Amino acid sequence: MSGPVNAGLPLWREAALVAAKDLRIETRARVTSGQVLPFALVVVLLFAFALDPDRGLLGRVAPGLFWVTVLLAALLAVGRSVAVEQAAGVRDQALLAGLDGTGVFLGKVAAVTVELAVLEVVLGATMVVLYDVQVTGGAVLAAAALPATAGIAATGTLYAGLASGTRMRDTLLPLLVLPVTSPVLLGATRAFEDALDGAAGDAWGWVALLWVFALFAVAAGMLAFGALWEDGGA
Amino acid sequence: MPTVVRCRSVVCLLGGFPALAGLDLDVDAGEVVLLSGPNGAGKTTLLRMLAGLVPVVRGEAVVLGADLRTDRRRHRHLVGFVGHDSGAYDDLTVRENLRLWARLRGRAATCADETLGWAGLGPCADMPAARLSAGQRRRLALAGASLVVPSLLLLDEPHAGLDDAGRALVDDLVGVTAAAGGTVLLASHERDRVRPLARREVHVAGGRAFPVREVVGAAP
Repeated sequence: MSGPVNAGLPLWREAALVAAKDLRIETRARVTSGQVLPFALVVVLLFAFALDPDRGLLGRVAPGLFWVTVLLAALLAVGRSVAVEQAAGVRDQALLAGLDGTGVFLGKVAAVTVELAVLEVVLGATMVVLYDVQVTGGAVLAAAALPATAGIAATGTLYAGLASGTRMRDTLLPLLVLPVTSPVLLGATRAFEDALDGAAGDAWGWVALLWVFALFAVAAGMLAFGALWEDGGA
Repeated sequence: MPTVVRCRSVVCLLGGFPALAGLDLDVDAGEVVLLSGPNGAGKTTLLRMLAGLVPVVRGEAVVLGADLRTDRRRHRHLVGFVGHDSGAYDDLTVRENLRLWARLRGRAATCADETLGWAGLGPCADMPAARLSAGQRRRLALAGASLVVPSLLLLDEPHAGLDDAGRALVDDLVGVTAAAGGTVLLASHERDRVRPLARREVHVAGGRAFPVREVVGAAP
């Protein structure tokens, strides 16, 4: 029935277990496919209605609208990601199993990044159809999307952990996350604009900025999330 | 016998209120101790403090050699804890929850499957935890605690909501832990049920612990 206790797992193993668990929960609960994705699609549709019938304008502003929509959808995803740990007794079990806050943070960032990546693919395809966007510079788009998504996921997870310990977490989260992620919005939008305009060479500076932001956000989360996790803030 | 728990004038706050207000307690290795006391006496906070889940605001608390004032994490992997809640993820099945806990504790997934049988959860192994009854959730929590033999087992009202077979699981878990040299603290209002398991009783009231002179149990 039982065996000897184990002193702990390597950080990467903890993160992998948390990420796999979160993705399994999301697959089962269908929050991303049933709530986050429809929300994002509705936002894209609303932009189309608001700016229609000038399809030329829609095409020009598509990169900005894309990343604004991803940011708004990310708020739902990170809120949900942290909320599953708030159920009665769940955090106690994890703490007693020796689960480290840094491992939790990295696992959650990985899971949210995957969820947002799926959302971005569907969102991008929808915008190509609705906004009549011609896709060029695929390599630059991918190179920008990866750090931008990871940066949003890391920042959102950290602040969702911070806000979860407060009564006004639902309103506090966007107030905290949206200003801090403005460099991502700026960099990713500019990189996408350059790529879609056929000036991919101009985009690499923005891609570099996005990587710096993502690395900084992940490092900050690794340092800070542990205390939130330990004290029940996450 | 080495001392597993040593508390001196321990103060713990719960929402600003001193749930433990200068508690003193010593527990030796291998002891099975019944914590009795009225609702709100501080039993649950005491168990959570010993597990390193609640910070010690004042006083001295050393558990399994770890000073909880400075490090609440070091001893946690040696502690088994069954609280009021199962701690299960509602969207995962019973088997998935147990496998996750087993892997986090460095055990093989097969160990979780064995535990399912022990806890009588085989028939609902592939059911989401959200659909379990209160008694089944309690069994799941017991199954989680049984994945390892802890050095310190902390049980908070472990018999509550369980049928006779489930109550026997609690007794079995206590017996296995004690037989392996582990220490057990049980908080319970069911003194008649727990007394045969315990070697001594400590009464908790007003956030303090008072020894009960009577030697109660027949446990080893």
